[in-house]
Amino acid sequence: MMQDIQPSLSRDPLLKVEDLVVEYAVGGKTIHAVSGVSLQVARGETLGLVGESGCGKSTLGRAVLQLRRAVSGRVLFDGQDLTAMQGDTLRQMRRRVQLIFQDPIASLNPRRRIGDIIAEPLVISGVKDPEKRQELVCEVLSAVGLDPSLVIGRLPHEFSGGQCQRICIARALVLNPEFIICDEPVSALDVSIRAQILNLLEDMKARFGLTLLFIAHDLAVVKAVSDRVAVMYLGRLCEVGPSEQLFARPAHPYTALLIEAIPVPDPEVRPAESVPVGEPPSPISPPSGCRFRTRCPRADQRCINEVPELRAVAPEQFAACHHPLIAAD
Amino acid sequence: MTDQALLSVEDVSVDLPTPRGNLRAVDRVDLKIGAGRTLGIVGESGCGKTMLSRAILQLLPKKANLSGRVMFDGQDLVRLDPERLRKLRGRSLAVVFQDPMTSLNPVLTIGTQLVETLQEHLELDGNVAKRRSVELLAAVGIPAPEQRLTQYPHQLSGGMRQRVAIAIALSCEPKLLIADEPTTALDVTIQAQILDLLAREQRRRHMAMILITHDLGVVAGRTDEVAVMYAGRVVERAPTSALFKKMRMPYTEALLAAIPKIDAAPHTTLPAISGRPPDPTRPIQGCSFSPRCRYAAGQCYREKPLLAAAESPDHQYACFHPIEITTDVDA
Repeated sequence: MMQDIQPSLSRDPLLKVEDLVVEYAVGGKTIHAVSGVSLQVARGETLGLVGESGCGKSTLGRAVLQLRRAVSGRVLFDGQDLTAMQGDTLRQMRRRVQLIFQDPIASLNPRRRIGDIIAEPLVISGVKDPEKRQELVCEVLSAVGLDPSLVIGRLPHEFSGGQCQRICIARALVLNPEFIICDEPVSALDVSIRAQILNLLEDMKARFGLTLLFIAHDLAVVKAVSDRVAVMYLGRLCEVGPSEQLFARPAHPYTALLIEAIPVPDPEVRPAESVPVGEPPSPISPPSGCRFRTRCPRADQRCINEVPELRAVAPEQFAACHHPLIAAD
Repeated sequence: MTDQALLSVEDVSVDLPTPRGNLRAVDRVDLKIGAGRTLGIVGESGCGKTMLSRAILQLLPKKANLSGRVMFDGQDLVRLDPERLRKLRGRSLAVVFQDPMTSLNPVLTIGTQLVETLQEHLELDGNVAKRRSVELLAAVGIPAPEQRLTQYPHQLSGGMRQRVAIAIALSCEPKLLIADEPTTALDVTIQAQILDLLAREQRRRHMAMILITHDLGVVAGRTDEVAVMYAGRVVERAPTSALFKKMRMPYTEALLAAIPKIDAAPHTTLPAISGRPPDPTRPIQGCSFSPRCRYAAGQCYREKPLLAAAESPDHQYACFHPIEITTDVDA
């Protein structure tokens, strides 16, 4: 029996990922993208998921939606196992879970008008009355801060990146979902626009009572919107905990490394001469034991032999490390 | 500025013809950088920072129109003949781009590319050049440099490729290195390593460096001076520490405020800048930032503010309503 390692159990989990394994076959080799990840997102919560490129965070997001089928493990949404669903049942469930991507311009069909793009999910889900559809489209467009009368008849190329991301958010909202997976929604945007979109996501979350899985590589961005943060490295979860606590007292050396690496916009803060910690190994042949050990200053023989399990290091904070920076009292 | 500037960009403008009309990418920019100094150029996409660096390197698109002077080491690069320019680039004027894959040749080994550069510019013979190549790769933190010489760019990770690109750029001991968003394509832990590497080599070689980035956090601890660009113009320029102590131009302030802070509590509303940068093919009559500026008033919509000195001569800003400094004489 897997130990229940997730916090906020007192609250109602809307999404529960259990021991999920996702692998890709590439040129006769297997990429271990996600290797046994378990996490929960409570109703109304934002869980931030951070990690560097190739750590499996986007694959995890896609596997939740069953856009990528898992090798093993379960994805429970509102108590129902999505991994066991097929065809129509799955499609019905997907109305309740939406996805927003990194590149807003590439996610919109360049030949279709904005009004049609946003109405499409409604057509698919069987809203037959065109007037009703129009009404819903206008409603979500106003909600994301765009003027429906100026937007509906235009094509994606007429909009900037930030506006396209607003359109993508409107499309995600039109079916009135409960859960939205945001996969690097602001990475492609400029600083000034990024703040607008982050604020918009927060507003929409409050207004529509959403639960969010917010995937990003930028820790400061993740912290700005998340209640809890999960840190991934090479397909495994390193650490999970309440945002503020995790940033103030990271337990996993990898979390600490990520926090240290953020450039601080203040010349008084001299950048710490970064330890030459190398680069992440390939997910085709991940290191034995702890996957972070090849870059970890604290690694020893035990880290080579034994895979660390997530263990409580503080209230609601869990780390998968044999030598955590903080220890449970 | 007491000593002679190594590079002096004088009244440089770059115009690009587009189907929608003339696009002024760089608008009357003046910049100076002394030997061994570091200058950060900060701005959002489309502000002209990359076009400015291309203007310095004389690598503008063919149809681009450049006016002004780019004085480097006593010569005007704009009027230099192509052969001498080619000799200068790579030798004393080097560049590192955002995507190392575009600057490395995918069908040549790392060794060939390094050795070729050394032979071409320093006229070293094959064996010496090869030895130097190994030293250079080791200096930029590449493990097992001898083996890397025989590898192709695609066999390396993004961070390693960027290290190779830096090794090539440094190979001829340039006087000025232009690093154009050198870490934007890289992960945050690798970014820190590459920035440290650039800073270390810059100091060690007493080389001047221009660091172009959209991230104020990147320039904060790593440059002597910062120039902030908006809509093709330099809107504020100051020694880095002075700039972060008191920003005078509302755009600089807003840009800094819009960055999520790691020490802020979750769910803090970010002070976003409303609207978006102006369309560069439709120039605005007044200050380009006026439509988004919360301090803008009458004059800002009619006239372009010029870059002028603040209380100290090396802190300049282009604004009619600069942010007032709350004088901190006895509180």
